[in-house]
Parts: sequence; C-alpha cells; structure tokens
Amino acid sequence: MSVEQGFGRASRLTAKSAWTNFGIRFSAILLALLFTSLILVIAKANPFEAYKSIIHGAFGSTIKFTSVVASWVPLVIATSGLLFTFTAGLWNIGMEGQIIMGSVFAVGAFRFLDDIVIAPVLVIILAYIAGAVGGIFWASLPGLMKIYGGVNEIFGGLGLNFVAKTVAIWLIFGPWKRPGVASGSGTEWIDIKYRLPYLEGTNLSLVILIIAVIIAVLTAIMLKGTHFGLRLKAIGKNDKAAYILGIPTTRYFLLAFGICGLFAGIAGAILVTSKQYSLIPDAGFGYGFLGLLVAMLVNYHPIWSSIVAVFFAALSIGNTELQYMGLNSYFAGVLQGFLVLFVVLVDGIRKQLVKKR
Amino acid sequence: MEMTTLTTLAGIVEFAVPVLFASIGENITEKAGLINLSVNGTIILCAMGGFVVALTTSSILLGFLIGAVIGAAVAAIVAFSSITLKQSQVAIGFVLALLCRDLAYFLGAPFTNKPGVFLSKVPVPLLSDIPVVGPVFFNHSLVVYASYLFIILAYVFMFKTRPGLMLQGIGERPAAAFARGANVKALRYLYTIAGGALIGLAGPMYSLAVKIGWAGQLSGLDGIGWIALAITIFGGWNPLRVAFGAYLFGGLQQLGITLQSTTDIPIQILQAAPFPLMIFTLLLVNVGRAEWVERELAAMPEKPRKVLSKILRALRTSPPSAMGVPFENE
Repeated sequence: MSVEQGFGRASRLTAKSAWTNFGIRFSAILLALLFTSLILVIAKANPFEAYKSIIHGAFGSTIKFTSVVASWVPLVIATSGLLFTFTAGLWNIGMEGQIIMGSVFAVGAFRFLDDIVIAPVLVIILAYIAGAVGGIFWASLPGLMKIYGGVNEIFGGLGLNFVAKTVAIWLIFGPWKRPGVASGSGTEWIDIKYRLPYLEGTNLSLVILIIAVIIAVLTAIMLKGTHFGLRLKAIGKNDKAAYILGIPTTRYFLLAFGICGLFAGIAGAILVTSKQYSLIPDAGFGYGFLGLLVAMLVNYHPIWSSIVAVFFAALSIGNTELQYMGLNSYFAGVLQGFLVLFVVLVDGIRKQLVKKR
Repeated sequence: MEMTTLTTLAGIVEFAVPVLFASIGENITEKAGLINLSVNGTIILCAMGGFVVALTTSSILLGFLIGAVIGAAVAAIVAFSSITLKQSQVAIGFVLALLCRDLAYFLGAPFTNKPGVFLSKVPVPLLSDIPVVGPVFFNHSLVVYASYLFIILAYVFMFKTRPGLMLQGIGERPAAAFARGANVKALRYLYTIAGGALIGLAGPMYSLAVKIGWAGQLSGLDGIGWIALAITIFGGWNPLRVAFGAYLFGGLQQLGITLQSTTDIPIQILQAAPFPLMIFTLLLVNVGRAEWVERELAAMPEKPRKVLSKILRALRTSPPSAMGVPFENE
C-alpha cells in the first residue's frame, strides 16, 4: 500500500467522521429542543413564543446584544480555565468558588487602596492582580487536598464553593457591611472612577472584551500547539504512564489548577469592575458551573467552546425576557442541561455503534 | 432534662432522616460499582414533584411514590449512560445534578409557598411515654420510624444476606462475580435504580415531613445532596456508619436553627457550616493513605507512631474497588 493511498483513506475517514460528528451534535440539539419544548408545554407556555422572546431578549437591541457579549466574557474565561483542568483529567467543580474568591480579593483591593493616592488605573490593575491571587489561592486548595490529602477534587471543590460563598456573606454582613445597616444585597459600591466605562450606547466595556479574546486565544495556542499542552493531555489520558515517562505529574496538576484559578480570579475581578461594582453573595453568577457545561458540550475543544459560549450567554441573557410570559429564568439552565445531557448520551450511542460495526 | 434540649435532640433525629435515606441509597449504588452524582438535583426535583403531586391529589402516599419514581428514573439515565454507553459517570451525574435542580425551580414556580399537605406526627403508644427516649425518638412522623427500620434492614441486607454479598461482589470484584454466574450489568442496573428510588424518597421527606412546603430556591435544599455524597464516603460504605454521619449532619442543622434564634449570625452562614466540616472529615478519612503521611509516620518514635496510625486506620475508609469502573462481559 502506497503512502498516498493511506493518506487518502485517512482523510476520507476524518471527513466522514466530521460529518457524523456534526450529525450527532445536531440530533442531540434536536432532542434537547424537543424535551425543553415539552417542559414549556407542561409549564403551560407556548414553546415558539418562548423561543422567540429569548431570541428577542438576546439580540433585539444593541443594549441586549452587547449584554450578551458582556456575559460571554466571564463565561469564555471560565471555560478556558476549565479546559486546562479537564485536559489534565481533573474535574474542577470548585470553579464557581474560585470566581467568588477573585471577586472577594478584587473588592478587598479596592477597599484597601481607596485611601492611597495613586492613579485609578493603577488601582484597577492592582485589583485585577489581587483577584488573580484570590482565584489561584482558592484553586490550589482542592489541588493540594487531592495530592496531599487524598480528597477527590470534586468534593474538595464543591465544599470550597460553599465556603467561598460563606466568606462573601460573612464579609457582606460583617467587616465590609454598608454604613448603617448590613444587607444581603451586597457591600458598598466601588467608586465610579474604578468602574470600567461602557462603549457608548452599549452594555459592554471594551477592555474586558479584549481580555477575554486574549485569554481564549492563548488557551487554544497553549493547549493545541505547545509541549505544555501535550504533556497535560498525556497526564489527562493516563497520569501513571505520563509519570513513568518522566512528566512531573504533581507539578502539572497544580499548574492546571493554578491556571484555572488565575482565569477564575480575573473573571471575578471583571464581574466586580464591569457588572456588579460590589461584592454580593452570589458573586460568581453561576459562570463556573456554566463553564463546566460548555466545556463538556464541546468535548473540551478550545475554539468550539468560545462559539458555544456565545450561544449559552445569549440564552442566559435572552431568557430574562421570559418573565413577561410568567416564567422564571431557570429556563436557560433547563435548556443548557438538556443539551449537555443529550450530547453525552448520543455521543455514547455513537461510540457503541462504531464498536459493533 | 429540659424541654428545649429534648426538642433539639428530637430535631436532630428528624433532620437526619432524608439525608440518611439519600446517603444509604447512594451507598447501595456505589456498592454495586456506580457513582450517582446527581443526588443534589434529584432531591430538589423530587421534593418539588412530591409536594406538587401531594398537593394536587391530596394524597401524601402518591407524593412519596412520585419522589421514588423520579429518583429511579434519573438513576436509570445514569445507569444507561454508564453501564451501556460507558460514558463518564461524573459527567452524566453532574449534568443531571444541575438539570434536575433547574427543572425543579422552573416547573415548581407556580407552586411556590402554597400551603400544602404534610405528614403529621404520630406518637408511638407506650414508647413515647418513656422519659427522654420517648420524646426524642418516638414522637415523630412515620418517615422517622421508617428510618430506624431502614438502617437495620440496609445493614442486614448488605452484610448478612446472599444477595447482599453478591451486591458487594459486583462492586469489589465484578469479574469474579460474573464467573460465579452473576449478571453484573443487570444487577448494577437494578441496584442503581433502587438506590435512586431511595435518594428520590429524600425529596418528599423534606417537602412533606421535615422541611414542609416548597419555596423554590429558598427551600434550603440546595447543597444537601452533595453532603449526602460526602456522608457516604465518610461512612465508609457501611450503612451503620453512614447513619452516624447523617445524625451528625442533622445535629449541625439543628444547631444552626438554635443559634439562629439566640444570636444574630446570618442564616446563610449557618447553612454553609456543614461544608467546611465535610472537607475536614474527607481529609480525615483519606489522609491516612497519603504517601507523605506514611513517610512521616515511619520517622516517628515507636509510641506516638502506634497511637497515630491506629487512629488513622480507624478513620480511614476505602471505596468498593470497582466503583466507577465499567464492566465488560468477557
């Protein structure tokens, strides 16, 4: 058999499997839509009306669309971080808590630096660094507990999510409470000079968009085009074999957690400086969990995850419009959940069929 | 004893019940070799479903039944995905945990804060008159009494009966069990679904008996399922020790309620209190296996080493060895 023949066969195969892959994703999406429509009918709502109002809520105006982009930013950053841990075969379910910790540290930096006379830009940069430190710190905990304490990172991370939220609540009701009466609605707002300005007529700050694009591109390059990415992948496939082949697995595990925490912290700082302007109990806004779903949906592929994140962000923003139909905004979670559920199931069925053939 | 102390103790016994059923349900699932990670969402969805069905049909029994059915159905998805399709058990469980929770909050919205039906207390004649023991253990609703029986039954089934030994076999050494004629896959389906039904029962136990009603995301149920999973590990896959873990958790919840009325600590902080403790206990039961601990122990003088390793060994738990590993008939 000549080399060309071999090549030809290989490329035909990949082209075919690309189409099957597409078909599989497509049928999974159809199934998910079918089930969510059923849920809407159970909730006594017209599915078509509901989907129409979601699309309108996400793309109906410049403000709405830029809100989608602004919501894409933390989501794509969170997903990018998770791609590192997933590639290393780790389930960083503690992402949400790591974003919260990023927000806590960023707000703390603003409070601490407010009395010091330096340029606001410098303060903002320091707050981002503080957020990054907070994220890395919180992400290293499940990593250390896994390596030195034998605690599965899923449980470590989950527990730490709740602990991070508790820390935020404690700060909101305790040391950082608003002058006068403490309230669950959050701490005092950061000064207006620390808030990132929106582009005129939009809901979007250009700075955060640039940060997100840089992070997404860097992630794709690091995972797909560097030795580091390859080693991480080797560990994810089989950490014992990778260790025997000379990859320091412990260090790479911690690195993956560290990078993930870094991105989480930045996402937290972004939420503080461009969205919430204060610390609230749910400072992570669910982006950590949503990022896990996005990463799972695209089978941990960096470029696809950026694209699917747009769709998820649009759902989350457009979904708020459903309140005019008397429905609550948990609908986005239902649709997103069904999507991932059916992708996992349909993909599994494909694997079984391929094996039988 | 003072009246308030007795009510507190009775509260602990009551609060432990749903988590006890969920943890032992998960225990059975994991003994068979699967991990059902959907517990948190399942409990919330079943709490909503059970509440709504009991409300609309005025039948509490139907409410509990629907809880078990939903729990079994979710577990069946986990089983199908893991056993037949061999997909990641963590992935499917985690997605279902999120999906079921959001589904409950979405579909349950019209029923939020509706006054519903609930199980009333049925003091056991004679037994409830015993001082201290009576009011603490025998002045409850039926689910609490069911839990006493359930702990014993689960333990006896798992360790003293033939099917129970087979259950352990398919989780520890599936190949050997298969060689002895066990249909490993079918049994894993069976125990995962049965375990899911028990996990599902925890839902209506909350909404119809222990934390009566449905208040959407304010029901205070989010997070309990994750604790139930941790209790299964803490309990070392033994129903008696799992029950002990559930009572500890019930104690913490009751403590939260007591503190809430006597101090001005925000309720959210008290609700989160079990989680640091969960991490701490997981560290305790796992750390004995860590390499550096063994190294440190070896370097210690004889006496403290013996004491310490004894403590660590007593705390240590190890999972069924084939847990999470798909099985292939060969």
